[in-house]
Amino acid sequence: MSNIPEELQYTRSHEWIRQNEDGTVSVGITDHAQDLLGDMVFVELPEPGRQLVAGDECVVVESVKAASDVYSPLTGEVVDINEAVVEGPELINQDPYGEGWLFRLQPQEGAEREELMSAGAYQELLEFET
Amino acid sequence: MTLKTILYEEHIALGGKMVDFSGWQMPLHYGSQIEEHHQVRRAAGMFDVSHMMVVDLNGTQVREFMRFLLANDVGPASTPGKAMYSCMLNEQGGVIDDLIVYDRGENGFRMVLNAATRDKDLAWINRQTDAFDVTLQARFDLAMIAVQGPDARDRVLQILGDTLTAAIGLKPFFSTTENGFFIARTGYTGEDGFEIILPEERAADLWRQFHRLGVKACGLGARDTLRLEAGMNLYGSEMDENSSPLESGLAWTVAWQPAERNFIGRAALEAQRDVGLSSKLAGLVLDGRGMLRNNQRVLCERGEEGRITSGSFSPTLGKAIALARLPLDAGKRCEVEIRGKRVPATVVDPPFVRNGKPCIQTEGVTSDEQHT
Repeated sequence: MSNIPEELQYTRSHEWIRQNEDGTVSVGITDHAQDLLGDMVFVELPEPGRQLVAGDECVVVESVKAASDVYSPLTGEVVDINEAVVEGPELINQDPYGEGWLFRLQPQEGAEREELMSAGAYQELLEFET
Repeated sequence: MTLKTILYEEHIALGGKMVDFSGWQMPLHYGSQIEEHHQVRRAAGMFDVSHMMVVDLNGTQVREFMRFLLANDVGPASTPGKAMYSCMLNEQGGVIDDLIVYDRGENGFRMVLNAATRDKDLAWINRQTDAFDVTLQARFDLAMIAVQGPDARDRVLQILGDTLTAAIGLKPFFSTTENGFFIARTGYTGEDGFEIILPEERAADLWRQFHRLGVKACGLGARDTLRLEAGMNLYGSEMDENSSPLESGLAWTVAWQPAERNFIGRAALEAQRDVGLSSKLAGLVLDGRGMLRNNQRVLCERGEEGRITSGSFSPTLGKAIALARLPLDAGKRCEVEIRGKRVPATVVDPPFVRNGKPCIQTEGVTSDEQHT
């Protein structure tokens, strides 16, 4: 069964969002997503400073099986990226909610968050999809 | 159509991620295909390859028939046990399938064919038998387990050494039959090992014995990256009915001598050889980070184009590698189009890896120099 931490928010396209204390959010892909893709071998992250609109393709993750786009869950600016996953894409498989995070975003003030889902709602989505 | 091998329940029990492969439910991996790949390069892994088609051929004219059917030559006299790789061609010289044929002495021949081409292969072979005293038996009653890796022989002999005494001294590319087991020192990984063909009802027990001995179950994912590192073709990717062995890196499998041997496709291959080829199969290594995939466009130094036939990630090299169909005069450098960007790659001669060791040198280009 897929691991879905309670404290995070989720998107329909299988990204997770963690609200940090400094007002930024961290973004990654869910345990379910990494499991579907299999062994990760390549990650392309956005440039820090890039302005993203919610829904923008901003990361490419490639597994042995397939390439997949990761979409920005919110509108805002990329303030930090996880260079460690570029060096070791397998971190996404090993620890999707921790060491395998992808980038941090400073959301634009008043950025739309209504599309984000709770852990419970994401769980229901997975049950519906499978 | 959903077919299951006799080991299906074993795959489920081991957490196999099952996928459809030409109508068969087969394990893609059991957790991590990269770990499974390393296991075969460093120790021993096993594959359920029972979906492949085993065909036995017998009859007074079976040798003449094999010499007519296959582009490679089983020879005028028997070398009992000998295994040989060959293409089976159509009249135009296109590849209907690639296969391993085993010489079984007075018991005729055994061929192992691809699962994806099973029905057309059987139909084709049947049609060719008309002029020969040959009987064809499709063995739906057999399972097949490949055990591969530097420790594979030790592990197999630990379990089957008493049953299969003839397997102990078996040379590479030879096979033997004993106590209902057919065992061959062949494989599709670039490592030493055995392929074991046995009655279905004995397969699960043997599989579990190997598993208890630490032979890791490996799926089709690892099988594909292992064969790609070993520079081995995959039917349907590197060659098909529209490409000849000469254009597919398989000229070494075409036995031109003796000149009087008439095999199906010979005239077409000779014509192609005399006119000259326009493309070749080569290896690619991506210089920097990234991934190579089937069908990506390759741009060569003189502006001609090629195409990747099998692209993936090499766990042993830690780089993306590929087999590609390139213009005959392609140089050492090229670029691959990945999501609209051109990324530099080096043209190499496969194999990339043999017996656990890298065997290509990529020239002084590091990941820092890419995207210039």
